[in-house]
Amino acid sequence: MRYEAPNSLDQAVALLAHEAGEARVLAGGTDLLVQMRTDVIDPILVVDIKGIAELRQITEEAGGFRVGAAVTGAELKEHAKLKSVWPGIVEAANLIGSTQIQGRATMGGNLCNGSPAADSVPALIAAGAKACTVGPKGRRELPVEDVMIAPRKLSLAKGEIIASFLLPPRPAHSSDAYLRFIPRTEMDIAVVGCGVCLTLDGKGKCTAARVALGAVAERPLLVAPAAQALVGSSVDEPALQKLAAAASAACRPIDDKRGTKEYRIKVAGVLARRTALIALERARKV
Amino acid sequence: MAKHHVTATVNGDTVEFLCDAQETLLDCLRDQLGLTGTKEGCSTGDCGACSVTVDGRLVCSCLMLGVEANGKSIGTIEGMARGNELHPLQRKFIEHAALQCGICTPGFLVAAKSLLERQPNPTETEVRYWLAGNLCRCTGYDKIVRAVLDAAAEIRGA
Repeated sequence: MRYEAPNSLDQAVALLAHEAGEARVLAGGTDLLVQMRTDVIDPILVVDIKGIAELRQITEEAGGFRVGAAVTGAELKEHAKLKSVWPGIVEAANLIGSTQIQGRATMGGNLCNGSPAADSVPALIAAGAKACTVGPKGRRELPVEDVMIAPRKLSLAKGEIIASFLLPPRPAHSSDAYLRFIPRTEMDIAVVGCGVCLTLDGKGKCTAARVALGAVAERPLLVAPAAQALVGSSVDEPALQKLAAAASAACRPIDDKRGTKEYRIKVAGVLARRTALIALERARKV
Repeated sequence: MAKHHVTATVNGDTVEFLCDAQETLLDCLRDQLGLTGTKEGCSTGDCGACSVTVDGRLVCSCLMLGVEANGKSIGTIEGMARGNELHPLQRKFIEHAALQCGICTPGFLVAAKSLLERQPNPTETEVRYWLAGNLCRCTGYDKIVRAVLDAAAEIRGA
């Protein structure tokens, strides 16, 4: 195995694009090293992107935030302003693993690992975040929900790297939340994950919403009918019932040791309702 | 493939070692530098026995390549006592009998020290959450938590 640690994105892209064999990006390494260790993958080239300055920064841009793809969970937690404006994203990223894992794990890696149960991904989708990539054909932006296609399969070209996530400007009375269900209190993989982002008008009526679900399909889902259940309502009981029904209806889960299909479908509705209520409470305060 | 030449600071001392690209920091610490206080448990980042700090950040050394340590400052259990004088956390672990077989202990101590550097007066809940990534299969968690809280009080001079 060859290890390279370029300090520019162009160098990293060139290294990955020109390697004929299996090449992998190393960000936090908390999934990559486990997969190497257990012989799930055997890369011939590993490109460490942590030496590239723009991937390690959180900056305010165009009224929103740009979060480098290699920023760690611990760094997100320590960014007071990001945490206050996008509490759902930060709490989702901070649910990944232990303190030790938080010291290394990144949202870029969480997305590119290609797990349908990745915690930060539904939160980013609910936020309307864009993934900003750099590849052999230059830079592009795509909605986070369009990055993952299926387990371990991404819509990125060979040599294309996610450089950052662009979070849109936050209107008044708007906030987000993320909840996941696991059978214990800490450090497990989501049975269902749910991100909700919503905006209220001055009278408390919901004017915009996005709802995303994880671990209930082959990839994290943006659930438009669930969001529509909230828009125009005051997020009251009938709207929450419609939200829960729409969330459950969007699920196409598998049975596995963490939960059955029926269980995941039921929990998705319950979780969507609880997540929406947290986002609502936060939106009323800002 | 030529080996990588790594220069790093370990417990304040400059060290150099040669390693293969796929060797973990844990293997480099133990096999290249002879620092066997850092333990190997699961090798998949679940147990915390291999906890070290890298530039002040608590990490699992099994989930980091040795070559990534180039230019970094590493803290291990060997850097905790000053000569023959134990760190208060080490003393309190002994006083509270917060260890049985001892394999998890270096990881717990490194992790607890990292907590107290950030939060000198943690609640029991904060201690439990911070240490949730350190597993003790002798199941001595309660004594460990009490030892950490007692050490924190002593360090604060309370």
